Amino acid sequence: MKAPALRVYTIAYLVFLYAPIVLLPLFAFNDSKVIAFPLQGFTTSWFQIMWADQNLWNAIKNSAVISTSVAVFSTLLGLFAARASTRFKFPAKGAALGLIMLPLVLPEMIVAMSMLVVLLALGVPLSIFTIILGHVLLCTPFAVAILTSAFQSLDQSLEEAALDLGETPLSTFWLIILPLVMPGIISSLLICFTISLDEFIMAYFLGGNEPVLSTYIFGQFRFPQRVPAIMALGTILVCLSITLLAIAEYFRRRGIAKAGGKDTGGFL
Amino acid sequence: MAQEQAAVTGRSEAASGWLLISPTFLYSVLLLAAPLVAVLVYALTLKDVGGFSFANFHEVWTKPIYQKLMGRSLTVSFSVTLVTVALAYPVAYFVSFHVHPSKKSLWLFLITIPFWTSYLIRVFLWKVILGYNGVVNSGLMSLGLIDAPLQAINYNVQAMILTLAHAYAPFAILPIFVSLEKIDRSLLEAGQDLGESRWMTFLRVTLPLSMPGVIAAVLIVFIPTVGDYVTPDLIGGGKLPMIANMIEVTMLKQNDRHMGSAIAVTAMLVVAVVSLIFLMLNKRFLRGTK
Repeated sequence: MKAPALRVYTIAYLVFLYAPIVLLPLFAFNDSKVIAFPLQGFTTSWFQIMWADQNLWNAIKNSAVISTSVAVFSTLLGLFAARASTRFKFPAKGAALGLIMLPLVLPEMIVAMSMLVVLLALGVPLSIFTIILGHVLLCTPFAVAILTSAFQSLDQSLEEAALDLGETPLSTFWLIILPLVMPGIISSLLICFTISLDEFIMAYFLGGNEPVLSTYIFGQFRFPQRVPAIMALGTILVCLSITLLAIAEYFRRRGIAKAGGKDTGGFL
Repeated sequence: MAQEQAAVTGRSEAASGWLLISPTFLYSVLLLAAPLVAVLVYALTLKDVGGFSFANFHEVWTKPIYQKLMGRSLTVSFSVTLVTVALAYPVAYFVSFHVHPSKKSLWLFLITIPFWTSYLIRVFLWKVILGYNGVVNSGLMSLGLIDAPLQAINYNVQAMILTLAHAYAPFAILPIFVSLEKIDRSLLEAGQDLGESRWMTFLRVTLPLSMPGVIAAVLIVFIPTVGDYVTPDLIGGGKLPMIANMIEVTMLKQNDRHMGSAIAVTAMLVVAVVSLIFLMLNKRFLRGTK
């Protein structure tokens, strides 16, 4: 632990990262309509106002449906791709994986707009379903990345042993491989859920008039008097995503421990 | 093992691999590749009259309004990339070289948490912080440091750069950290044993070896910021549109899919060319230091 200057710098950097987020609870409990110093005193009325808004609950309901479906479908598609890429050699594997991972390196706006153009041309009505289609496309690369590292840490001799002992490939997958990559599956589900919940551009352009959580928040920004209630909502969301992340991190570490690896990294 | 599996299922390894990846691959073909091709077709045909033409591209590449917007997008995202990567490097270096291995994941966890909280709310918080009646102005005024709100901190390109640099900070730290972790520590000892100072060892060994991580960080920050839609809208107050806002206006408000597609394809080309330049710089850099 040398380099005191670097240490001070890193702590200052973390303060910069967290400073805006610290403002959320500060102003969520502040008894004033404007977000400004000095603070005016403690209140929980912003939470009550937020809680009473029926539009918010509609948005939450839609978001819950979307994010859950996206988490399940992306993880399923991720399982196929990750298993294929770690287990088999086949021609044009790089190109196929490249296309699947492409959304990671394309500006989101371009992916959303090209989907929108095609959906409009085909006459597909915009709805929750079209948001799910878009989000699955965005989340699948994350699922593939997480699951690939889960499959890579598998010891192939376990699978060979099961086959030698008379199991079919399918029952081997079910009995041996799936339980071993389960921590990876859970962290993929949680991360895809979180990404989908937070995603705005696709939800905004592909959703038609269906409100979801992110478009609801964006809409509220237009009304200055609604801002403190959004601060309250933001406080709750931050607490929720920290909880989800802590759970995902716990499963990721358990997966690494199961496979006997050493842990030095974080997500991605 | 492969033969064994083939014996059980009666399929070749290549066929099994393709069969397994096909659901995911087909999904990407239908929902990503096909729409991208459609956009390219729109961009290469004329509105109303139809027919193949480069006229849309000619307009996008020569009209001052598009050049100005593209220039602003690139200026903002280059600045954001520079600021983010330069500020992130010392943090990644600290976590990789000066933090005990058992505590590294805790530090990375702390760094990544802000990234997983709502992007919209984080951007909006900067508007609240920098706004005319915002946190900074009201804070300074209640402390008696200024008498009137500062005008210079809101609704400008600098505020957009600050907001985006904050939003993408963790993205830059992680790849640099990974490349620093891969460096063989005995190389550094060798450098110092051979009489280099610590600073020279850093410049001649550590920095070149961590270059792949720096380039990855540059691309990870640069690509999404070029196409950012929310920050120009909220922080720029809609008065400083970037390319994504232009695509929206052209595609949806003016209902011109052909021109909108031409702008989108142009943006993609620019991103691809800039990315390739960075990747080539990386290759040359690595070869030059061998």
